[in-house]
Amino acid sequence: MEHYNMNLTLKVWRQKNKDSKGNFETYKVAGISSEMSFLEMFDVLNERLITEGQEPIAFDHDCREGICGMCSMYIDGKPHGPWQQNTTCQLHMRAFKDGDTITVEPWRATAFPVIKDLVTDRSAFDRIIQAGGFISVNTGNAVDANALPIEKRKADDAFAAAACIGCGACVAACKNSSALLFVGAKVSHLALLPQGGPERKTRVLDMITQMDKEGFGACTSTGACEATCPKGISITNIARLNQEYLVASLTASE
Amino acid sequence: MIDAKIPSGQLEDKWTEYKGHCKLVNPANKRKIEVIIVGTGLAGASAAASLGELGYKVKAFCFQDSPRRAHSIAAQGGINAAKNYQNDGDSVFRLFYDTIKGGDYRAREGNVHRLAEVSANIIDQCVAQGVPFAREYGGLLSNRSFGGTQVQRTFYAAGQTGQQLLIGAYQALERQIALGNVKMYSRHEMLDVVKIDGKARGIIARNLVNGELERHFGHAVLLCTGGYGNVFYLSTNAMGSNVTAAWKAHKAGAYFANPCYTQIHPTCIPVSGDHQSKLTLMSESLRNDGRIWVPKAKGDNRKASEIPEEERDYYLERRYPAFGNLVPRDVASRAAKERCDEGYGVGSSKQAVYLDFAAAIERYGKIEAGKHGADHASAEDIRKLGVDVVKEKYGNLFDMYEKITGENPYEVPMRIYPAVHYTMGGLWVDYELMTNVKGLYALGEANFSDHGANRLGASALMQGLADGYFVAPYTVGNYLADEISVKAIPTDHPAFIEAEKAVSDRINTLLSIQGKTTVETFHKRLGKIIWNKCGMARNAEGLREAIRDIQELKAAFWSDVRIPGGVNEFNPELDKAGRVADFIELGELMCIDALNRNESCGGHFREEYQTPDGEALRDDANYMYVAAWEFKQEHEWELHKEELVYDVIKPSQRNYK
Ligand SMILES: Cc1cc2nc3c(=O)[nH]c(=O)nc-3n(C[C@H](O)[C@H](O)[C@H](O)COP(=O)(O)OP(=O)(O)OC[C@H]3O[C@@H](n4cnc5c(N)ncnc54)[C@H](O)[C@@H]3O)c2cc1C
Ligand code: SF4
Ligand code: FES
Repeated sequence: MEHYNMNLTLKVWRQKNKDSKGNFETYKVAGISSEMSFLEMFDVLNERLITEGQEPIAFDHDCREGICGMCSMYIDGKPHGPWQQNTTCQLHMRAFKDGDTITVEPWRATAFPVIKDLVTDRSAFDRIIQAGGFISVNTGNAVDANALPIEKRKADDAFAAAACIGCGACVAACKNSSALLFVGAKVSHLALLPQGGPERKTRVLDMITQMDKEGFGACTSTGACEATCPKGISITNIARLNQEYLVASLTASE
Repeated sequence: MIDAKIPSGQLEDKWTEYKGHCKLVNPANKRKIEVIIVGTGLAGASAAASLGELGYKVKAFCFQDSPRRAHSIAAQGGINAAKNYQNDGDSVFRLFYDTIKGGDYRAREGNVHRLAEVSANIIDQCVAQGVPFAREYGGLLSNRSFGGTQVQRTFYAAGQTGQQLLIGAYQALERQIALGNVKMYSRHEMLDVVKIDGKARGIIARNLVNGELERHFGHAVLLCTGGYGNVFYLSTNAMGSNVTAAWKAHKAGAYFANPCYTQIHPTCIPVSGDHQSKLTLMSESLRNDGRIWVPKAKGDNRKASEIPEEERDYYLERRYPAFGNLVPRDVASRAAKERCDEGYGVGSSKQAVYLDFAAAIERYGKIEAGKHGADHASAEDIRKLGVDVVKEKYGNLFDMYEKITGENPYEVPMRIYPAVHYTMGGLWVDYELMTNVKGLYALGEANFSDHGANRLGASALMQGLADGYFVAPYTVGNYLADEISVKAIPTDHPAFIEAEKAVSDRINTLLSIQGKTTVETFHKRLGKIIWNKCGMARNAEGLREAIRDIQELKAAFWSDVRIPGGVNEFNPELDKAGRVADFIELGELMCIDALNRNESCGGHFREEYQTPDGEALRDDANYMYVAAWEFKQEHEWELHKEELVYDVIKPSQRNYK
């Protein structure tokens, strides 16, 4: 792979705290290597800003290998940027060319208020899990792990749904700020496994109630969530969620 | 000599006996007892959930925005357990034995046996929580083999085992939060332990969103704050992983054990330039099929494909004909470093070696062609068939490699280099996981207890969950049973006021320096010193230099660091500054410990102590002890020794030739 250096213009959302208004600032960065990751470019810019006596740009990140779900930048109109099935931290600068202008914003959703610059508060997701995204089994209550065989296909589907990293890109991509892909993934993960059976109905009802309370919007099936999800969480999980919800609400009112 | 309080009796009965006789707290009293848990990785989340279920009032802390994002999430390969589902001869004893041997006879028998005993319960618990482990067509759990063992005992969920285990523990924790048994403090950083009458009674934490300092009382404090690999600056750890919580405990009196035991993993994606912020692991399993080589000529700048076979040096196969590319981690890492140091490295940085799959692709291709009866298949067809086999085995790793480097590893050899990824050293704890400070515990990677001088693959996840789900609930209860009469201490107690003031003073000092050099620059400098002089190979002279260099770096840091922003705001640079300041102090102790240990064992390789053919040479007569360091004053520590007694296993020199 040939490496190249580039000069870029960045338009970055700056917002002092959750109560201030915020605006775009423009920065020129020079000599960016195509081998850098997108966040390493931000590191370079931040080092310069600090040396110049300016405030560095705040952004969330931790693992930098696409698994913790912490990084969250809305890059040129797409959560996590231009690559398919990719997180911001795994985006590399060879996705761009010399002279490009790149616009970077935080996730935008009522349920994800901005804390500072590109950092948002996604604790709403934790509260949705608290509402029912678990199996009620205390430590020590378990039977032997092989006592209950699980059909491989179901186990694989459960795993595929469980791969969600809770990043919130699906919400940021959706024009209604719906969280259904995230909730659908969790409901599917647990509904597909026999261990999740006993709480199947209450789980879906409680999680949806909490989701609505947090201020996420309705789903109009645009598919933007699936297209942007870094872990390839399938929209069929939303279909399964709807089905679970329907069954649960019908039988609940019996 | 310090006493680890290992129960007497036969090795296999110790834990059962302990559980049968430890003190209990009745349910009514549990409700009045508060426990602080710092960290919500596998160790912390499992402990918080379990203690919450038992009825204690738990407060849990993490610095990420959600407990689900702890560094444990990044573990790839798997988790060991002595289930013997494969009927291949595994047992509690064998897991115990492999772990002791893998640790190069520097771990405690009692602790490791307990770990092996509870390992099976972990898998049961996780499956019950809905952790989607890989399964066979019959619906039963699947296992893979991992380094250092002859049985298949590793449970896994594709390449995302850590993620799935942590989500399981996180969900159990969120359930306790919903029930009101646990109160969660995300985006909070613990900055000191509060001690009253010699016992840990709380912490000072900083709210990272608004910068405010908070005082929290607890009858006991559990530190589950992970490892200190980022002292090297570059490692496979998450960016935020740090030693601060453990270091504050150390400064408050807790011993720090074996800090020089660090593990360097041989197959990681190499550094691509000065901008590099972290390193990414490529699973060790790749060495089953990849051949490692460098050019025979120094500074050869040709592309790999232009270097003919006879001009390649397959140095592991050359040096270790018996094990070849499958030598243990430490040996493979040191050999790669040796070649690069000598000027044979490849890639633009010259700090890399090739991991080549061409031979494997051809071999598998021929086998496949044979299966299809295509004896005269063209070279191109064979290649295609071979690529498919390799894709099936390692596809996700190859994709990850391509994302990061932009190179297609099916076409060109991977470039790899060793990187820091685990720390065996940590806070000294006794059998009950209590540090020498009463009421202060350390769980998971933050303690030193189970892996000796070298950890086996897939054993860290096992230890974190063992500590949190199955050990701490008993041992912490044993302590708390004597604390039931202690009323919650109000946080206007002088000890809290004093601790908070010390934290606040330090933060203000840091901000007032307003020098010229960024925190990141200091961290990089520290990393270079430690990597070069206390990394894969160490010697007395280098370590003495490193100690001087680090002392100078510390002075420079405290007079020239530049931290932007203020105290009462979201200020990641300030957070990082505090962590780097602590790493600098830890770095000095690491070098002191490495200098003290005049032997080579596991991850600690002293160049002066090797066999004639370059293998690690232990000195059991003089160094069969845990080095537990007590902080005295700046640049001064006192060494306490815990003798390691092997009642069951007879230590021998590891030999891989
Ligand atoms: C790339 C990689 C792959 C790995 N793969 C495997 C594998 O396949 N199998 C295996 O067994 N092991 C593996 N390991 C090792 C294993 O992942 C870790 O050792 C283990 O997960 C550590 O868990 P922990 O709970 O001790 O700490 P962590 O998961 O590191 O959690 C630390 C917690 O402490 C919190 N914290 C830290 N400091 C503070 C503070 N001051 N205040 C408040 N909170 C704080 C953090 O927020 C976090 O919640 C791997 C490691 C790496 C780097
Ligand atoms: S569903 Fe996909 S986009 Fe949404 S939170 Fe999960 S991983 Fe992120
Ligand atoms: S930083 Fe962890 S997913 Fe990007």
